[in-house]
Amino acid sequence: MSTVSETTHDSAVAMSAPPSADEGLTAAQRAEKYGLAQSGARPSLAEYIRELWDRRHFISAFSSARLTAQFSQAKLGQVWQVATPLLNALVYYLIFGLLIGTRKGVPDYVPFLVTGVFIFTFTQSSVMAGTRAISGSLGLVRALHFPRACLPISFSLMQLQQLLISMGVLVAILLGFGQVPTWSWLLVIPALALQFVFNTGLAMVMARLGSKTPDLAQLMPFIMRTWMYASGVMFSIDLILKGKHVPHIVEVLLYSNPAAVYIDLVRFALIDSFKAHQLPPHVWAFAGGWAVLAGVAGFVYFWKAEERYGRG
Amino acid sequence: MAEQMDAVQPTAAAQERIPTVIADELHIVYRVYGTGTGKGSATAALSRIVRRRPSVGVREVHAVKGVSFTAYRGESIGLIGSNGSGKSTLLKAVAGLLPAERGKVYTHGQPSLLGVNAALMNDLTGEKNVVLGGLAMGMSREQVRERYDEIVDFSGINEKGDFISLPMRTYSSGMAARLRFSIAAAKDHDVLLIDEALATGDRAFQKRSEARIRELRKEAGTVFLVSHNNNSIRDTCDRVLWLERGELLMDGPTDEVIKAYEKQTGK
Repeated sequence: MSTVSETTHDSAVAMSAPPSADEGLTAAQRAEKYGLAQSGARPSLAEYIRELWDRRHFISAFSSARLTAQFSQAKLGQVWQVATPLLNALVYYLIFGLLIGTRKGVPDYVPFLVTGVFIFTFTQSSVMAGTRAISGSLGLVRALHFPRACLPISFSLMQLQQLLISMGVLVAILLGFGQVPTWSWLLVIPALALQFVFNTGLAMVMARLGSKTPDLAQLMPFIMRTWMYASGVMFSIDLILKGKHVPHIVEVLLYSNPAAVYIDLVRFALIDSFKAHQLPPHVWAFAGGWAVLAGVAGFVYFWKAEERYGRG
Repeated sequence: MAEQMDAVQPTAAAQERIPTVIADELHIVYRVYGTGTGKGSATAALSRIVRRRPSVGVREVHAVKGVSFTAYRGESIGLIGSNGSGKSTLLKAVAGLLPAERGKVYTHGQPSLLGVNAALMNDLTGEKNVVLGGLAMGMSREQVRERYDEIVDFSGINEKGDFISLPMRTYSSGMAARLRFSIAAAKDHDVLLIDEALATGDRAFQKRSEARIRELRKEAGTVFLVSHNNNSIRDTCDRVLWLERGELLMDGPTDEVIKAYEKQTGK
């Protein structure tokens, strides 16, 4: 340590020093000789997954920090975490349950509706948060070095935590409307786990798209609302299709729609009057297939642009 | 100037000098959107799209132009230059946070930028921010727990009462800056890049920060320091790079470069 500063301060010594052994080597050759790696290069997929695993505590701390920071300026504070989903459900109940009357023919309409709203909101807010995961955290991306996938993953994790609070509200509503807890309620766990993987994959795709085109954040609310109306959140797809002639392809699309698949699975798990025959065919296969497809493809797609996030 | 460059490269300890950072003809270009010279109204934007002239809103800023240098283990290098000369951009490129347009940067290990501020959240308590910042820098939970008291003591946040359990938005700007530096300086780094961190805090804290940087230098391979305070550069650096308009104007021992810089800036 001290020798270096002494020699460099004394320029006479420095001037007369013998030429370095590295003279004549190009920068790349010298870098190789001393085992230097190129800065900011994209790691291999395996290396990337390992780095991500090392940051797992950061991911969870970041998401819970975001969650608590969200309402910290409000007087009621964390009460809003419960009040927001509740008010959401109330608005939809007023409009679709009472005004438009989609409740006709749907037994246990309130649990049916609230489940739909909460489960769809989970996917919706994950996608929205994913779109802004990189473009909204540029300061962080430009200041610190970490696998960028931390961001969309922790935003999805934050939505999962928010959902778990909503599920608490949902259980209270279910009990209030006379549903009795059964073993089938446990099916919620695998269903939500698969939905979380699906959401995270989608969030990673959106994060990459949104980092290149921030305008997407303006566009996404409209796309998500369209998706919501097609997913049977406030009506039963079964009842709507009954007795109507729709092209087979439309029917297949409606039933294989991942949002509808996850919503129906949770309804089936929680609501007694929602019977197995109301589920789309091969529902678990679809739930798993969507999760694997979105999760793997989304992750690889996100990783492919790892070194370009935060630029320009 | 060419002589100057040669002067620092080979020293008596040439055989033992191990490069930790090599920048090779590095160019950095920023692309900035939404800087259209025309009117910023919706109709103006629409007419641009209709007329298919999308390039109006994009401007390129060539922030670093062909900079080459080699940094060695144990060196402490200051970066000086007027505002907007590309110092911070160069640091970010060395940290691998900004991709190079042309040229390459090779580094030993993962250089860390002392820039933890961005990970912190003003709505959280200082306490939670210490943990979050530590984790963001890649420390494990155990390491954060071990260093926690050290960080809080160093920041001096609790000197005037129990401030660490209050949200960071209630801190004065000096207090917040001190906490940020304390968190960032808690980790040991291979190559450490410090951007203007010493300008914050009161005199006592500045002294403490400079001491901590010297300590980090012993643990780290190489330290880079951006500062407009020539005294703190003199106190902590043994070599200085002078950047102007994205070009490397001078590279040599601290005293020589700072003397030339002060002559130029008329100080």
